[in-house]
Amino acid sequence: MTPSAPPSPATATATAATGAPTATAPSGLARALRHRSFAIGAVLSLLLVLAALVSFVWTPGSPYDMDMEAKLLPPSAAHWLGTDAFGRDVASLLLVGARNSILVGVIAVGIGLTIGTALGLLAAARRGWVEELIMRMADFTFAFPAILSAIMLTAVFGAGVVNSIIAIGIFNIPTFARVTRASANAVWSREFILAARACGKGPWRITTEHVLPNIAAVLIVQATIQFALAILAEAALSYLGLGTQPPQPSWGRMLSEAQTLMFQAPLLAVWPGVAIALAVLGLNLLGDGLRDLLDPRLARQR
Amino acid sequence: MLHFTPPCPFGSPDAAGAPQNHSMGPFLLKRLLTLVATLAGASVVVFVVLEILPGNAAQMLMGPDASPEAVAALATKLGLDQPALQRYGHWVGGLLTGQLGDSYAYGTPVRDLVLERLSLTVPLALLAMAITTVLALLAGVYAASRHNRWGDVGVMGLAQIGIAIPNFWFAILLILLFSVKLQWFSAGGFPGWTEESGGSPLEALKALLLPAISLAVVQAAILARITRSSVLEVLREDFVRTARAKGLSRRAALWGHVLRNAMIPVVTVMGLQFANLLAGTIVVENVFYLPGLGRLIFQSIANRDLIVVRNCVMLLAAMVIVVNFVVDILYAAIDPRVKASDL
Repeated sequence: MTPSAPPSPATATATAATGAPTATAPSGLARALRHRSFAIGAVLSLLLVLAALVSFVWTPGSPYDMDMEAKLLPPSAAHWLGTDAFGRDVASLLLVGARNSILVGVIAVGIGLTIGTALGLLAAARRGWVEELIMRMADFTFAFPAILSAIMLTAVFGAGVVNSIIAIGIFNIPTFARVTRASANAVWSREFILAARACGKGPWRITTEHVLPNIAAVLIVQATIQFALAILAEAALSYLGLGTQPPQPSWGRMLSEAQTLMFQAPLLAVWPGVAIALAVLGLNLLGDGLRDLLDPRLARQR
Repeated sequence: MLHFTPPCPFGSPDAAGAPQNHSMGPFLLKRLLTLVATLAGASVVVFVVLEILPGNAAQMLMGPDASPEAVAALATKLGLDQPALQRYGHWVGGLLTGQLGDSYAYGTPVRDLVLERLSLTVPLALLAMAITTVLALLAGVYAASRHNRWGDVGVMGLAQIGIAIPNFWFAILLILLFSVKLQWFSAGGFPGWTEESGGSPLEALKALLLPAISLAVVQAAILARITRSSVLEVLREDFVRTARAKGLSRRAALWGHVLRNAMIPVVTVMGLQFANLLAGTIVVENVFYLPGLGRLIFQSIANRDLIVVRNCVMLLAAMVIVVNFVVDILYAAIDPRVKASDL
């Protein structure tokens, strides 16, 4: 790993995670629930997913219908969190916004995970100039933070949720490529790989049958953390008007709309931020917890 | 600003004892070549995405209703009728000599526009970095010194929350509290550094304070965690035990021995964070309506002022690349094992 690599929590554990046989205790669930970060993170993440799922079948009001009679209402029984400048129910907007954040996060992380992991596995299996080329390209992509790629894409193709997903996805590729390569290299140097080679297995079979299963834990942890980062990036892009477009509700855009009304309705600028922060906090804690649970050796060191 | 004691002095045999070439020359040369290649690659990407993909920039600039003659005339004026390779060469030549052309929207040279905006963005990023460093070192060292006690758990809990908060939302919260409620600060805008622009250095700093804090909080939360774990790691080293054994108090050992050694990873991360801060200014400048580079890019997209977008994106990418390069070099200078393994 080059020193220029950003400190991703999972890379530090990469070698540790694969360095010892992963021993899952029989009382895995009980142990998991006793782990404070994991428990809080799991509950918050579940809430996020539940909010998104519930929004498909039920919302307290309509997140799309405008009602100028009912604009900027304070929280009440009918509108739990009040209404926005167009009379839309804020609680409903938040629920549907959760759906939007998950959609962007899943696809963007999916892009990074598939392409990045494939490249990382290839680099580890091939070594030599292939590895060098892939890692240099990963370094290079880091020169364009997601927001910069998104700005370039928007300048050319116009603003939209698809462009923001692509931009965030591209930025995820080098992260996964690096994490995968680092952990895969550690697996490749172990004795059971030597045994597999002695049995006549080729690099492709070794990669799919031995390397990938052994680095899955690291990838899951990294994916959780990248998911949190994707939600943050999506919110920032939508706030700037470069991401999700109206009338589709998005937490980031709710904040930019609320900012113009800070004197009349300051609470409108609070709720979407709380939603973003809770979602990101939940996913980060979940990632931290998973790392400890999937890698008992590291947990003991702390 | 910070002083380190390298684990082994530069140029002396490595702790591992393996025979290694300790001259900085080949390492520096390789890094420099990588730097140039990365910058060149970035310029190609920026050019391809912003010059070739959009197709007809003149059409884009004049809108769909413009007459074909007018579009063609503008294309000639902008040099768009020349082959792409020639335009790329012209642009890169301009980048190297500072001749960036004129903005379509403002009609002024892009270079002047960018330099003026940088006089806000760079101080903003530096101020944010200073706040980040102070907050993170205090919080991180405190947490480490209270390892696994309430102080540690509390500070790290706060850091966990700090990482989860979007910087632009924190900015809005700061405006709500300090501008709307307490009315201590204006909710945005920038008076300028000089009297002639209607401001003063003090007023300018005051206008940058809330934006800098909102940029710093997230970065400080990340850096505090790294400081804490780095300090804890060094606390376990033998030389700390020796220092304690010779009678140094825990506090004296912490400040005299641990901190200097724990700074190595912290400084590396700080370099990377500076790159993050630069990208973060794009968002935060928009929250506070600050006329910096980020807001210029953003406005230029709205104005379809692609020449400004192209140069600003290139500049930001170049700053990120150069900062990473400097971090690499610093890291190798501090820790000789790095360049040996990386050659």
